[in-house]
Amino acid sequence: MKKAILVLSDGLFFEGQSFGAEGETFGEVVFNTAMSGYQEILSDPSYRGQIVTLTYTQIGNYGINAIDVESSDGPKVNGFVVKESFTDRSNWRASKSLGQYLKEYGIVAIQGIDTRALTAHLRDFGSKMGIISTESADPVKLYLRLKESPGIEGVDLVKEVTTRKPYEWTEMVWGHDKNVVRPSPALKVVVYDFGVKYNILRHLYTEGFDVTVVPATTPAGAVIEMAPHGVLLSNGPGDPEAVTYAIENTKKLLGKLPIFGICLGHQILGLALGGNTFKLKFGHHGANHPVKDLQTGRIGITSQNHNYCVDVNGLRGQVGLTHVNLYDGTAEGMRHVELPAFSVQYHPEASPGPNDSTYLFGRFRDMISGSAISESAVSESKI
Amino acid sequence: MPKRKDIKKILIIGSGPIVIGQACEFDYSGTQACKALREEGYEVVLINSNPATIMTDPDTANATYVEPLTPEFLSMIISRERPDALLPTMGGQTALNLTVELAESGVLDEFGCQLIGANLASIKKAEDRDLFKSSMQRIGLEIPKSKAVSSVGEALDAVEYVLYPVILRPAFTLGGTGGAVAYNEEEYVRLLKKALDLSPVHKVLVEESVIGWKEYELEVMRDNADNVVIICSIENFDPMGVHTGDSITVAPAQTLTDKEYQKMRDAAIAIIREIGVDTGGSNIQFAVNPVDGRMIVIEMNPRVSRSSALASKATGFPIARIAAKLAVGLRLDEIPNDITKETPASFEPAIDYVVTKIPRFTFEKFPEADPELTVQMKSVGEVMAIGRTFKESLQKAMRSLEIDSYGFEPLNGPGEIPNAETLHKFLKLPNAERLWYIADAMRAGFSVEKIYDLTGIDTWFLNNIKEILQMEEELKRTPPLMEPGGGPGVFPPGGGYPRGISDCDIDLLRRAKEFGFSDKRLSQLWPGAAEQAIREFRWDHSIRPVYKVVDTCAAEFSAGTPYLYSTYERSFGRITESSPGQYSIDTLTECEARPTGRNKIVILGSGPNRIGQGIEFDYCCVQASYALKELGYETIMINCNPETVSTDYDTSDRLYFEPLTIEDVLEIIGKESSRVEPGTPEGIPYGVPEGVIVQFGGQTPLKLALPLKRAGVRILGTSPDAIDMAEDRSRFKTFLHKLGLMQPMSETAVSVHEAVGYASQIGYPVMVRPSYVLGGRAMEVVYDELSMMDYMKRAVKASPEHPVLIDKYLEDAIEVDVDAISDGRRVIIGGVMEHIEEAGIHSGDSACSLPPYTLSDETVEEIKCQTRSMAHELNVVGLMNVQFAVKGKEIYVLEVNPRGSRTIPFVSKATGLPLAKLAAKVMAGKTLDELGLYEDRSITHVAVKESVLPFERFPGVDTLLGPEMKSTGEVMGIDDDFGMAYAKSQTSSFNKIPMSGKIFISVRDKDKSSSYEIVRKLIALGFEIIATSGTAAFLCSNGLEVESINKVAEGHPHIVDLITNKGIDFIINTVFGELAKKDSRSIRTTALAYKVPCSTTLSGARAFIKAVEMLKSKKMSIKSLQEYHRQWR
Repeated sequence: MKKAILVLSDGLFFEGQSFGAEGETFGEVVFNTAMSGYQEILSDPSYRGQIVTLTYTQIGNYGINAIDVESSDGPKVNGFVVKESFTDRSNWRASKSLGQYLKEYGIVAIQGIDTRALTAHLRDFGSKMGIISTESADPVKLYLRLKESPGIEGVDLVKEVTTRKPYEWTEMVWGHDKNVVRPSPALKVVVYDFGVKYNILRHLYTEGFDVTVVPATTPAGAVIEMAPHGVLLSNGPGDPEAVTYAIENTKKLLGKLPIFGICLGHQILGLALGGNTFKLKFGHHGANHPVKDLQTGRIGITSQNHNYCVDVNGLRGQVGLTHVNLYDGTAEGMRHVELPAFSVQYHPEASPGPNDSTYLFGRFRDMISGSAISESAVSESKI
Repeated sequence: MPKRKDIKKILIIGSGPIVIGQACEFDYSGTQACKALREEGYEVVLINSNPATIMTDPDTANATYVEPLTPEFLSMIISRERPDALLPTMGGQTALNLTVELAESGVLDEFGCQLIGANLASIKKAEDRDLFKSSMQRIGLEIPKSKAVSSVGEALDAVEYVLYPVILRPAFTLGGTGGAVAYNEEEYVRLLKKALDLSPVHKVLVEESVIGWKEYELEVMRDNADNVVIICSIENFDPMGVHTGDSITVAPAQTLTDKEYQKMRDAAIAIIREIGVDTGGSNIQFAVNPVDGRMIVIEMNPRVSRSSALASKATGFPIARIAAKLAVGLRLDEIPNDITKETPASFEPAIDYVVTKIPRFTFEKFPEADPELTVQMKSVGEVMAIGRTFKESLQKAMRSLEIDSYGFEPLNGPGEIPNAETLHKFLKLPNAERLWYIADAMRAGFSVEKIYDLTGIDTWFLNNIKEILQMEEELKRTPPLMEPGGGPGVFPPGGGYPRGISDCDIDLLRRAKEFGFSDKRLSQLWPGAAEQAIREFRWDHSIRPVYKVVDTCAAEFSAGTPYLYSTYERSFGRITESSPGQYSIDTLTECEARPTGRNKIVILGSGPNRIGQGIEFDYCCVQASYALKELGYETIMINCNPETVSTDYDTSDRLYFEPLTIEDVLEIIGKESSRVEPGTPEGIPYGVPEGVIVQFGGQTPLKLALPLKRAGVRILGTSPDAIDMAEDRSRFKTFLHKLGLMQPMSETAVSVHEAVGYASQIGYPVMVRPSYVLGGRAMEVVYDELSMMDYMKRAVKASPEHPVLIDKYLEDAIEVDVDAISDGRRVIIGGVMEHIEEAGIHSGDSACSLPPYTLSDETVEEIKCQTRSMAHELNVVGLMNVQFAVKGKEIYVLEVNPRGSRTIPFVSKATGLPLAKLAAKVMAGKTLDELGLYEDRSITHVAVKESVLPFERFPGVDTLLGPEMKSTGEVMGIDDDFGMAYAKSQTSSFNKIPMSGKIFISVRDKDKSSSYEIVRKLIALGFEIIATSGTAAFLCSNGLEVESINKVAEGHPHIVDLITNKGIDFIINTVFGELAKKDSRSIRTTALAYKVPCSTTLSGARAFIKAVEMLKSKKMSIKSLQEYHRQWR
C-alpha cells in the first residue's frame, strides 16, 4: 500500500498508508467523534478547508451510497484521516467503496495511524493546520512548507461552496413515513446557501416549506423581492467574520422577514446583531453533545460541527439564550427578544447524528405563522 | 429535579442463583444499584437467595435477606421492613416476575410500597406479546407479521400476507415443540398439517421468519423529565436465529449507515416512551433485513439486562448505577459522568475502539445435549475484549475464552481442513465452533460470498476474518530469517531468537500484532519459534502494546479513570528545531496507562464463567481488592468477563480489561513496573507491584502462577511450589504419608492397560479422572472393567498431556468440605461443611450444611485438626480448602486446594467471617493476630447450600448427579435449624417441598433396606407412597402400605404416564450401574420437564423428611444476614 504522511504545524507527524487519491493537501485538522455517518461528514460543505479525522476506528464499512449526501459533487473536506478503512463495502444501498469515492473526487486520505493520539493532541493543544502528502516522505520538508501556508482564519470559504445559481428543492427526508402529508399551507422559505447541507433543505421541504436556495452573495433586497415567509441562514465553513456581505445582508433582513440561522448562519446572525464571535480551542465536532432547550427543559443529543461561537452574553438585552451545551456550558441557541429571529449553533438537521432537534423546523414554521411580519406575506400567498 | 425525599427505604430484588440466561450480570447491576442508592442516602433492603454474590455481602445493603425468591418470602420481608419503594429492574426476569405477582396480589398496596423505575403497566406492556404488538402498531413500528390459523385454507390465505419463509408455531405444545420453518408452499402445507396435529387446540401461529436477518440491540435510558439517551448500539455477528446470549456480538454497530442507525435510534426512543418505562434502562432488539433494510422490532426488556452489563463495560457508562439514581428522581443532567468527571450523564458515549463479546459454552459437560445454537440460550458465560480494530478485538476475545484457542487454529490441527460437506454443515448450523469453521472454510477456498450464503454473517465481519487469514498466510510464507538474505530459518532450540532479522520481519510482526495475533499463535505459525522466544524478540524490538483508556468520549475530554485496554498502535514523530535551520526528530508512542509510584498489588480475575468456575471466584477477587485498598495498596484488576463486579471501573484502583494469558498479563506487569518519562528509556523500575494474587480467581490465574514466577514475578501468599505439591499426585501422597493422614487408595496410569490393572488392584468401584482439572471434568465412578476401558477411550481426549488418576471410590461415605485461612503461623477454620449427597457426587453439585448435621463433635474436631496440620505443612498463607470423606470412624483426605474455593462466599455469608478479605490481608503480610482473628467461629444457626442445575436447557440429558460438576449456581437457606434451612434451600433451588401428596420411590437393591425407615417416616407424615414392583414388594413385605406401578419397560400405564398426568409430587430414585441408569432415565427427564422435585440419593430423601417435619411443626420466618451476624459485630 502506498505510504502517506500527515504533518501538523507544530511539528507532530504521523506516517501511515494512503487510501484515497494521491497528492498533497492542506487544511485545518479537526476531529469528529461521531461513530457513523462518514459519508455525510465527507460531503458536508462546512468542512471545506479542513482535514477531518474520525475518532471511530472502522470507517468505510457500509460503503458509499447515492442518497446520504449533504452536497453534490463528492466530498468537501480537504483531507481525511482514519485508523482503518474498509476496502470493500457491506450495505444494501452501497454503490461503491469509500476508497473509490475518495479517489474519484481526488481527496487525499491517510490511514493506519494512532488517531487517538492525534485526537488527544488536538484536544490538548488546539486545532492545527496540517498537510497530508503521498508524494513526499520527508516530514521536515512538509513541515517547512506547512509553515509558509496561510491558515483559514479570516478566509472566506463560503464563496468556494455556495451555489452559483438559485434553485428549488423538492426532496423529503430519507425514510419519511409515506403516509404522512406535508403540512399546509406551503410556506415559502429562501435559504441562503453558505454551504448548506441538503438535509436542512430536506427537513424544510418535509415541514411544508417551498424551498428556494440562493447564492450567499444574493442581496437582501433581492430576497425581500422574492416575498418569502422566512429566511434560513445556512451552515457553512470557516470564519464567520470573513463573510462580511452575509452579515450586511442579514442586518437588512432583520425585522423584515422571520429568520432561522443554523451554525454559520447563527454566527452571522450574531454578528449582524452587533455581537462577537470567538474561536474554540478545538471546536465541537460530533454527534453526542447534550444540549438543553431552556424553553422546554428538554435535553437533546445533538449533531455538532463548529469551531466558532457567538458571545451571546454580549448581546444581552437583544437576544435571549435558548439553548446551552451541557458539556462545556457554551451557548447553543438564541432568540431575538422582539424580532422574529432565532438560531442555533448546532445541527437540528442531524445527518449525521440524532434527530432529537428536528422540532426546530416546526418551531420555525410556528414562528412564521405567529409573527406579525409574516402574516401579511402569508395572507398574500393565500390570495 | 432533586432526588425524592418522600422515600427513605428501598427494596431491591436480586436474581437468585446463576442459571443459563441469568448470570452474574445481575450481581453487577444489583451491587451497583445498592451502592448508588446508599450513596444518595437511602436505606437499602436486599433479597437474593444466592450467597455467592457480592451484593449479598453484608456491607452492600443495610439489610440483606438470603431467603427464597418467592412472593411469600417477599411479602414477609415487605411486612417486616416496610420499604417505601421497590426497585424491580435490577434482578433480571426473576425480579420482574415477582414484582408483577406482588403488585397484582395487592401486597405492595397493602404496605404502601410503590414501584420505582418501572411501573406495572409498562412491565406488562413489554412482557405480554399481544400488548407489545398493539403498542408497536400504535407508534407505527413493525414487528414480525403473524397470523393464527386452524386450517390449511386459512393458512394459505395467511401466507399471502405473512410471506415465505414462515415459521410455524403450534399452539400450546410443551416447550414450543413442533416449530418448523417452511420455504415454499409444498413444504408449508406438509409442515402445517403436522403442526395442526401436534397442537392440542388445533391452532398454529404462522409467523414471518426473520432468520438470517441482521440483529441489533440498543441500550436506552430515560429520566423522569423524559430525556432519553442511547448508551450503546450492539451488532450481532451471528444473525437472527441464534439467541443474543449465544451470539458473538460487537459494539458499536458496524454495518448501519447513519440514516439507518438514526431510524433505529428514533424507534428505540419511541418504544421506551410508548411502553412507559418511567426511568432507567431498557434493552431493545431489532432485526434488519440485509436485502432492503426493512427494520423490525423483536423485543424490549424494561430492565437492565445481560446486554446492559456488556454495554456498561463496553462504553464506561454504568447503566445500572445511573438507572438506580434515575429511579429516585434524579435527572440525567444532574448525575455526573464518573469517568470524565467534568461532563454530565446526559449524553451518548462515543467510543473509539471495537468491543467483541464471545459466549462461552460447556457442551463437553453435557455430551448428550444438542449442540446446535437456537433461540434458546445455552452458553454459561462470556468474554469481552477491546481492541482498536475488530480484528484485534476479535482475536483478543478468542484467547480470552480459555478454551485452548489463541487465534484461528485449524479445528483439526495444522494443515488439516475438514471436507466440504462438513464445512457446509457447520457453517449452516449455528454452533459453538462456527467461528473456527469459517476460517477453515476460507482455507478450503470458500469465498466470502459463499460463506455469507451459508451463515448469513455480514460480509464486513467475514472480510475481516479473511484479512486475518491472509496475514496468517503471509506469516507462514515469511518465517523469520537467520541471516539477512539467507534461507528461511528457525528459532534456535532452547529459546532465544535468530539474530540478524530484517526490518521487513519486524514490520510484519508489528502488523501481525496490530491484527491481534497472540505470541502463542505466532509460535504455531512459525514452527520452531517458542512463544517465549517471540516475546523476547518483540521486547528487543520494542514491539509492545500501548494502553488506551475507555473514556466514554473518544478522547474529546481527558479522563482520569484508569479503565484500560491494550492495543498495538503505531508510533509517531515530532520535529523540533534544535538550532536555527537544524531539525531533529523524536519518536513517540501514546500510552495512557501512566502507572503510579504507589505500592500496588495485581489481582488476576477468573475469566469467563463456566461450570466449575463462576461468580464465587469473582466474589473472592472483588473482596481481595476491597481489602487491599483498606490496607492502602493500589489494586490492579485484570479480567475479561463483562458480567462481573470485578470489571467495574470503580471496584479496583486500576482495571485492565484484558485476556488472562501469560502474554497479556506479563505486558501489564511490565507496564506497571515502569514509567516512561520524557527523555528516559522505557523500562525504568517505578512502583514495581508488590506481587500478584493468583489464589482467588480459580484455575485461570492458578495456571499462570508458575510461568509468572519463572518470569520473575512475585506471587503473593502460598508459594506456587506448595500449590504444586497439593496438585501433584505423587508429591501429595508423600506429603500425606508424612503427616500420617489417610487417603483413598490411588494410582496413576498412563495407558489403558495400566489403568485396568490398577483398578482391579484397588478394587471396583473406582473414581477415574484426568489430572489437573477443575469442576471434575471427565471424572467418573466406574464399577467394572468394561466401563473402565470405555472411559479410558474417552478420557484421553479430555486432557492429552496428563495421565489418568484412579482412586478407590468410597461408597456411602460422607463428604466434608473445609475452608481455612492461615498466615503461615496459625490456622483458623472458616467452616466445616457436611455434604448431604454422599461422596462421589461432585462437591459443587452437592448440597451441604454448615455446621455439619450428622457428624459427631469428635469427628469434626479431628477434621479440623487434620486441616491445621496440612496447612502448617504446606505453609499456607491465605486460603485453603480441604475435602474429606468420612466412612464410619475413618477420615480420608480427598483433596487439598491451597487457594480460594467455591464455598468461600457461602461460608462468609453463613458465619459473617469475610474470609476472602482476611486472606488478602494475610497475603499482604498481616498476621491473623493483627486482624483480630484468634479462634474458629462457631455458629448457632444453620446454613444449607444447594446447587442449581441447568438440565432444563438441555432436554433429554440425564439429571443423575455424579463426580462431574454440572451445576451453574447455588442458593443458601439459612435458619435456626437444619430442617428449615434445608427447606428454604430447596424452595430457592426450584424444588419446592410438597407438604402432602404422592411420592414415587424406586431404589437400587443395596438401598432397599435403608429405604424402609424413610418410607415409614414419609407415611407417618401423611404422604402416599407408590413404587416400582421390586421396591414395592420389599416395602409391603415389611408391613408398609405401598402402591405398585409399572416400570416404563413393563408397559402402560407406567410411572412416566403418572408423572405426565401430574400424579406425583416427589420422586426418590437411586440407581446402580449403567443399565439401570438407562432404564430409569425417562423418569428423571420427565420429572424435570414437569417440574416434579426429585432426589437421586437416600441422604437427600432423609434431608427432605427433616424439612417436612420442621415445616409441619413451625412457621417459616426470616432474618437478615446482619441479624445473624450481629453477635460478632
